[in-house]
Amino acid sequence: MSTRLGGVDFPNPVFTASGCAAAGQELAQFFEVAALGGVVTKSIMLDARSGRATPRMAETPSGMLNSIGLQGPGIESFLAHDLPWLAEHGARAVVSIAGGSVAEYAALAARLRDQQGVAMIEVNISCPNVEDRGQVFACHVGPAAEVIAAVRREVPAEVPLLAKLSPDVTDITAIARACVQAGATGLSVINTLLGLAIDTDTMRPVLGGITGGLSGPAIRPVAVRCVWQVHQALPDVPILGTGGIRTGLDALEFLLAGASAVSVGTVVFGDPTAPVRVLAELQAALAERGLSVADAVGLAHRPPVAFLPEGPDPVGDHQGDEDEQEPPTTPADAAEPGMPPPHLNDSHPFR
Amino acid sequence: MPVQVTGEIQAVHRVGAYQAMTVRAPGMAEGVRPGHFVAVAVGGPGSAMLLRRAFAIYRADARGPYGSTIEFMFAVHGRGTAWLSEQGPGARLDIVGPLGRPFRLPKEPLTATLVGGGYGTAPLLPLAAALTARGCRVDVVLGAGSSDRLFGVLEAKRIATTIAVTTDDGSAGERGRVTDVLPAVLAKTRSELVYACGPMGMLRAVSDAASEHGVLSQVAVEESMACGIGVCMTCVLPVVGDDGLTRMVRSCVEGPVFLGDRVRWDAVGTVPSDAVGAPAGGHR
Repeated sequence: MSTRLGGVDFPNPVFTASGCAAAGQELAQFFEVAALGGVVTKSIMLDARSGRATPRMAETPSGMLNSIGLQGPGIESFLAHDLPWLAEHGARAVVSIAGGSVAEYAALAARLRDQQGVAMIEVNISCPNVEDRGQVFACHVGPAAEVIAAVRREVPAEVPLLAKLSPDVTDITAIARACVQAGATGLSVINTLLGLAIDTDTMRPVLGGITGGLSGPAIRPVAVRCVWQVHQALPDVPILGTGGIRTGLDALEFLLAGASAVSVGTVVFGDPTAPVRVLAELQAALAERGLSVADAVGLAHRPPVAFLPEGPDPVGDHQGDEDEQEPPTTPADAAEPGMPPPHLNDSHPFR
Repeated sequence: MPVQVTGEIQAVHRVGAYQAMTVRAPGMAEGVRPGHFVAVAVGGPGSAMLLRRAFAIYRADARGPYGSTIEFMFAVHGRGTAWLSEQGPGARLDIVGPLGRPFRLPKEPLTATLVGGGYGTAPLLPLAAALTARGCRVDVVLGAGSSDRLFGVLEAKRIATTIAVTTDDGSAGERGRVTDVLPAVLAKTRSELVYACGPMGMLRAVSDAASEHGVLSQVAVEESMACGIGVCMTCVLPVVGDDGLTRMVRSCVEGPVFLGDRVRWDAVGTVPSDAVGAPAGGHR
C-alpha cells in the first residue's frame, strides 16, 4: 500500500486533511495515528489566533460550511507540544502553514527548517493577503507563486513542499503550474469552495463570518475534476487529493484521477474512525482489482479501447499466418505513460 | 476515553414534549459521569447529514439486563432529530461517547442547588444522585416554557430536599423563570454550590445569581458542534482561564461544564478584543 509523494515514501496513501484532525491527539483516542500514511495538521500560523465569531458551522446537504478563521496557538506552541507528540506516536507529520503575507509564510518555513519529524510541508495559500486588499493568494498566479518561492527558499530541497490549491479559480492548472515552477514538489487538491447559507428565520447569513468554506461529499466531483485536470496538465507532479472522501471507493476515484495519496477531511467530524476505515476499504478495493497504489494513480486517463474500422474481419485475413501476428503482450518498458502495467491485462475486466 | 460503537436501540418513550432513547453501547457506560454527553450519527449509513447530534447523557447502566446502555433525552428541532424520532427499538445507532468534561463533585458534603431548564434537567438527575450519595444536601429548581416541557420533576422530588418549579405560561408551578425563584432558594437553603444545565440565557442568569449569592456555579453549556471530539473548532466560547486570560475554548472538550463565573456571557457569539489571538476590535 506504500506510495511516494515528492520523493518521500509513505506506508499507505491515506492521510488526514488540514483543519479536520487538529494535530492528531484527539483522533488518537479512536485509532493509532501511525496507521495512516500521514497526519496533515491544522494550518499553523506565526502567532496565536482567536478565530472568528460563532456560529462557525452550518450543515449543508452532504457537506458543511465552516468559518473558523484559522484559530490556533501559533507556531511556538505547535513546535513545543504538537510536533513532538506526533513524532512520539510514530505519525508522519505533514505540517500545514498559513500566513497573511509572503513574509509570514517565509518566517514559518524558516522556523520549521531545523525541526525533526516534519515529513512534508503543506502550504495553505487560501488565505487573504493583508498587503493586497485581502486578495486570496491561491486565486492569483503571481501571489501563489510568490508564497511558494519564499517558502522554498527557507526549506531544504529534500523536504517536499505541497501547495494546497483552491478550486475557486478560472483555471486551476495555471495556478498549479506556477506553484510547481516556484518550487512546489507536489500539490494538494483541493481546498474548500467558498459558500454562503442564509437562515430563513432570522433572514441573515448563518455564519458569523458570513461566507464559509464548503466541504464534504458535496464537493467530491469538483475535487475529482480538479485532480483530473491538474494530473493531465502536470502528469509527473504528485497530488494529494482531498474533497469529500467518505469511503475506500471515493479514495480510489481520486487515485484513478491522478492523486498519489488522499486526505480524509470533513467526514472525520461525523465519523472519527473514518481514516482507518477508508484505508481498509481502499486496500480491499485495490486488491479486488489487482492493482497497486502506483498502478491506480491516473489510470482513468488511459485512452479508451480502440476498435478497427468496420469492414471485413481482419482475423479472417490473417488465418494461419502466424508470423504476422502481434505479440500477445506489450513489454513493460514499452508501455505508454498512463497505461496499466502488462501484468494487469488478464485480471482486469476492461482489458 | 470515548468509544465509537454501533448499538441497537433498546427502548424509546415519549416524555411530554421530549423523547427518551436507550441504546445498547458496549464499553461506553462504564466511564460515564454526570455531565458527559454522546454524539449520535443521524440519517443512517451514507446520510446527507454528516454531522453528529450531541445529547447530554441522562442515565448510563454498565451492567443492566442488556449489558452497557446509555439513555439520552432529545427534542425534535430539525431534520436530524426528526430522523432520530422515527427510529424505534431494534434500529441501530452509531454513537460516540462518553464525551466532554463532566460536573465536578465537591470533596466535602456541601449543600448544592441544581437548576434545570427543559430537558437540560437530564444530566442533573444522575448528578443529584451522585451528590446525595456523597452526603450533600440537594435542592432543585426546574423550569420550562410550559408543563409539557418540564422534565424530571417526579424523579427530582425523590432525591431533593426541596423542589421549586416554574413555567413561563404558569401551566405548572409558579409562573415565571427559574431565576425569579432562585435567589430565594439559595438564601433559604444556604446553598454552597450551584449546578445548572439548560439554554444559554438561563445559564447566564443562574451564574449571575450564584455569584450574587457568593457561591461557585458549574454550568453545562449547549453550543452547536460539528464533531464533539475537539477537532473542528466550531463550538467555541470565550472563557477566562486560571491565568486571567480569555480564550476561545471548545465546549466539547474543555466543556461542556464550565465554572459559571469564567464564561464571558456578554461576549458569547463574539470574539472579545482582549481574547488571546483576537484581532484589534475583536470579531462581532
